[in-house]
Amino acid sequence: MSLIEITEVRKSYGENEVLKGIDLDVAPGEVIAIIGKSGSGKSTLLRCINGLETINKGSISVAGAQLLDDEVHLKALRLKVGMIFQQFNLFPHLTVGGNVMLSQMVVKKTPKPEAETIARKMLERVGLAHKFDAYPDELSGGQQQRVAIARALAMQPIALLCDEITSALDPELVAEVLAVVRELAAEGMTLLMVTHEMKFARDVCSRVVFMHQGRVHEVGPPEEVFARPQTPELKQFLGLH
Amino acid sequence: MIEFTIWDILRNLLLATRWTIVLSFVSFLGGGIVGLGLLFLRISKRKSLRSLARYYIELFQGTPLLMQLFIAFFGLGLFGVDVPAWLAAGLALILWTAAFLGEIWRGCVEAVAKGQWEASASLGMGWLQQMRYVILPQAMKVAVPPTVGFSVQVIKGTALTSIIGFVELSKAGTVVTNATFQPFTVYGLVALIYFALCWPLSKSSQILERKLNVAHRNH
Amino acid sequence: MNYQFEFGWLLEYYPQIVKGIGITVQLIAVGAVAGISLGICCAWARALGPAWLKPVVAAYVELIRNTPFLIQLFFIFFGLPSLGLQLSELQAANIAMIVNLGAYSCEIIRAGIQATPRGQFEAGASLAMTRFETFRHVVLVPSLQRIWPALSSQVVIVMLGSAVVSQIAAEDLTFAANFIQSRTFRAFEAYIVSTIIYLVLAILLRQALAIVGGFIFPRRTAR
Ligand SMILES: Nc1ncnc2c1ncn2[C@@H]1O[C@H](COP(=O)(O)OP(=O)(O)OP(=O)(O)O)[C@@H](O)[C@H]1O
Ligand SMILES: [Mg+2]
Repeated sequence: MSLIEITEVRKSYGENEVLKGIDLDVAPGEVIAIIGKSGSGKSTLLRCINGLETINKGSISVAGAQLLDDEVHLKALRLKVGMIFQQFNLFPHLTVGGNVMLSQMVVKKTPKPEAETIARKMLERVGLAHKFDAYPDELSGGQQQRVAIARALAMQPIALLCDEITSALDPELVAEVLAVVRELAAEGMTLLMVTHEMKFARDVCSRVVFMHQGRVHEVGPPEEVFARPQTPELKQFLGLH
Repeated sequence: MIEFTIWDILRNLLLATRWTIVLSFVSFLGGGIVGLGLLFLRISKRKSLRSLARYYIELFQGTPLLMQLFIAFFGLGLFGVDVPAWLAAGLALILWTAAFLGEIWRGCVEAVAKGQWEASASLGMGWLQQMRYVILPQAMKVAVPPTVGFSVQVIKGTALTSIIGFVELSKAGTVVTNATFQPFTVYGLVALIYFALCWPLSKSSQILERKLNVAHRNH
Repeated sequence: MNYQFEFGWLLEYYPQIVKGIGITVQLIAVGAVAGISLGICCAWARALGPAWLKPVVAAYVELIRNTPFLIQLFFIFFGLPSLGLQLSELQAANIAMIVNLGAYSCEIIRAGIQATPRGQFEAGASLAMTRFETFRHVVLVPSLQRIWPALSSQVVIVMLGSAVVSQIAAEDLTFAANFIQSRTFRAFEAYIVSTIIYLVLAILLRQALAIVGGFIFPRRTAR
């Protein structure tokens, strides 16, 4: 049974149709890499799954939670999927610990001591337990992104959406973030990630989705997609890399 | 004719300054509360509420404070009540202050990065939770310098209430001038007293602003 | 409320209103042109001028920005004659507005100058321009363009503030409203009408300033 079901999803900004009917089913534990040219709609797709954008047509459901445009359904959905952003988006006025605890306390009403225990555990997982009391601006980009991952994990989501989470990092910091993601994948977390790290996609992902002009143009296991691209668009795209 | 020493003049002016301070304080506080309401209307999800707040702000920012005072003074009188000057003064200044503070604060809320809204939404927070725990704490930090700066405008604004007969520093200046025939000295002193009230606020606003900018650059 | 609104007096008193509008417009036109010019000079003095001039200008700016316009007006109109400087109501009102806007625009324009990239000054210098020539030909216009919206808002604020010149019997729009209310006892209507006129004037003034801006800054320069 699929964990995430995306059916016939269309999304337009005004006249500009950005997603032109996306179908994608994701099984539990799958790690999916979404690749494609700039403007092909990769970010928009992830943002739709998290309800940050409202879709015009089609349906999205995550573990039976339907994406509907009201606060109750949105919240139910967002409790199941976490999202990591390119720009980290940590809360600058809170400490690292505060960042990881906040939503547990205000959304899930977890009591503070328990939230703190979970926060410490999650920070441990990303190797940053010692930064509990630091503020985001005292951390490197790689560390900030790992905190963002811990923050999402603390909500105990069943899937994570990652939108180019290493693109804003200096090259030497990319590895530490990817190592965390690799570990999550190994532990069986369902991951949907937009990435330009082709080597990582090849090593870690179970399937690769190539998007082109608002459509899923090619899907397959990485060995096939990278070794034997079927369409000229994908060939050209891979040639660029 | 009685001779007035400069101390006589100054004492009378300072006594009236109390009322300038009280009125400023009340206007700022009241304006802050109403302004907060306006802010929430201005950034609400309902378009009609947003427009309502926008028209309010345009009206109060687009007409002279003096006219607002006149209308409060004579308009309330239409209800058959005899309006004391202090009431009209307080009411008009509160409504006027609210328009400016509401607009200043909206700017501060909108200055919070879009990513903060998205990150908190993706963690499942509702609008009120986002506001309370993520957006407002950040907006408030940015809001302090311009808010302190605007308090100077409020103090200066209270001078206009002398025109509808509220006795504060400016009115006292006119009264004392008429008694002493020393307009140069009296209005000079009045100006200096206003300066003594306003300048520390202006200066702290500037210093806070600079601190904030330095903090931002280090981020 | 049993109050009957009554606007019949408009017919009889519209010449006063028109005259009042004329004076208000004249005051802000002169105030804006002369005040902004004064502001440019002061901004130059504060940002790039000789060391002795800076504190003088700073004192002027701080003094004006931290005292009410009403008191500035009274000081000029009632206070200065004791120094032998007799002014008509309109002259006093004009001077007060110029002095007031001069101080505010000085601060605004100075911020624009300070936002100029260092490279612009250096480029000017490398082309053998003096500091003043660089200011005049390279720095000034982009600086003004940068802060034009803020400056426009300030001009509107000063126009609305000019309502108090009626207190020294300068015959502006507010003076007309006061005059009408004293004759007709229709205070509420008189002030509502003049408030609406002020609102329209403010909107028109903002548009006029945007047009002037488009005229002075015909093309978008890099920030
Ligand atoms: N908020 C928006 N309003 C209008 N158009 C938008 C908006 N967000 C995205 N778009 C448009 O949607 C299209 C797809 O954008 P999207 O960000 O999904 O692309 P992407 O595949 O993530 O590209 P990149 O690799 O550059 O991140 C683009 O043409 C973009 O201009
Ligand atoms: Mg993208």
